[in-house]
Amino acid sequence: MVNTITRLILIAALVFSAAVSGADRKNSVIEGSKAAELDACVAPTALMRREHFKFIEHQRDITVHQGIRDTDHSLSGCVDCHVAKDTHGKHLPIDGLNPETAEKQFCAGCHEYSGVQLDCFSCHTNVPVTTGK
Amino acid sequence: MSDNFDQNRRDFVSVASKAAAATLIAPGVLLQSVAHAKPRSEPVSDENRYGLLIDTTKCADGCSDCVTGCEKENGLDMLLKPKGASDESWERQRPRWIRTVKVKDRLSGHVSSLPLMCQHCEHPPCVDVCPTGASFRRADGIVMVDRHTCIGCRYCMMACPYKARSFIHENVQLRPTVAPRGKGCVESCNLCVHRRDNDVAGTACQDACQHGAILFGDLNDPNSEISQALKERNHTQLRADLKLNTGVRYRGI
Repeated sequence: MVNTITRLILIAALVFSAAVSGADRKNSVIEGSKAAELDACVAPTALMRREHFKFIEHQRDITVHQGIRDTDHSLSGCVDCHVAKDTHGKHLPIDGLNPETAEKQFCAGCHEYSGVQLDCFSCHTNVPVTTGK
Repeated sequence: MSDNFDQNRRDFVSVASKAAAATLIAPGVLLQSVAHAKPRSEPVSDENRYGLLIDTTKCADGCSDCVTGCEKENGLDMLLKPKGASDESWERQRPRWIRTVKVKDRLSGHVSSLPLMCQHCEHPPCVDVCPTGASFRRADGIVMVDRHTCIGCRYCMMACPYKARSFIHENVQLRPTVAPRGKGCVESCNLCVHRRDNDVAGTACQDACQHGAILFGDLNDPNSEISQALKERNHTQLRADLKLNTGVRYRGI
């Protein structure tokens, strides 16, 4: 009897945690970005959440010093896919707020919550900006 | 499974970027090349050495098309004069990858006007003095700053005999995806490294020059146009006495 109750509690806990992580995922990817139309990022979501900064840092060194630009982990790739637009079709800074809805954008949401300062965009552009070729 | 997914995702992104290229084209912005760009997958090697040949006899006096072209492509024209700065100090300190310079032969009085950018030395003094290894020479001869490790000490600016480097003094509001920049780092011409790595020909300065004075190419490829031109006619290095073996060569001075 005790065993059955324990099992039931365990199952309930699993279902609850799955529901929470599903809700989380919806909140972190911004509606209207390319990423929102895709099933997953370049790696499973859980891995991306935990390791994205390692991916980006590794990519940064091989890109700057060896010129390799075809890997999945480029910061401009993150921006291109996760950036959203406002109602006028203008890109919203990925590390900022949507002034219309006060919704925190993709990077800002988690980084502000976790209190981890984000330095990428003091040099890199936070919206796609194309010039020349 | 994940490979399949990845392929689908790439297809999607590729289609989306082509669609974007087709819809966003504005005058002077050549977005269609993005669709053809093939990013580099192998590390750069010393089989190539990139350089420029500048024929100053073709340079028109007062022309600065190469400077404008460079600034447009590399986002230098997006930089704003800091509040309270005088026009004079801004003109003196604003970041530039190419400067137009006049040199006069003292004996004959002959004046040449030429664009001066990073000379992409084989033995770059800026790399010698950099305390963090941020200033480096890529295997293909491009001298660059890794701004992730640049601490903004500006030793390289002091060491460069060509005054080719600029410093970013203020926070930057707007910059292009291909040329990140931020306060406290040094930068200079990188021979349009985003084009090198995405298989796009030429440089912004070469494209902008209406007089055909700038030729970009691979100095290590004996069949390249630049190698043939260098072989055919005499050329000079600026400050050849320093024995830096520059990647940028000049004619007519």
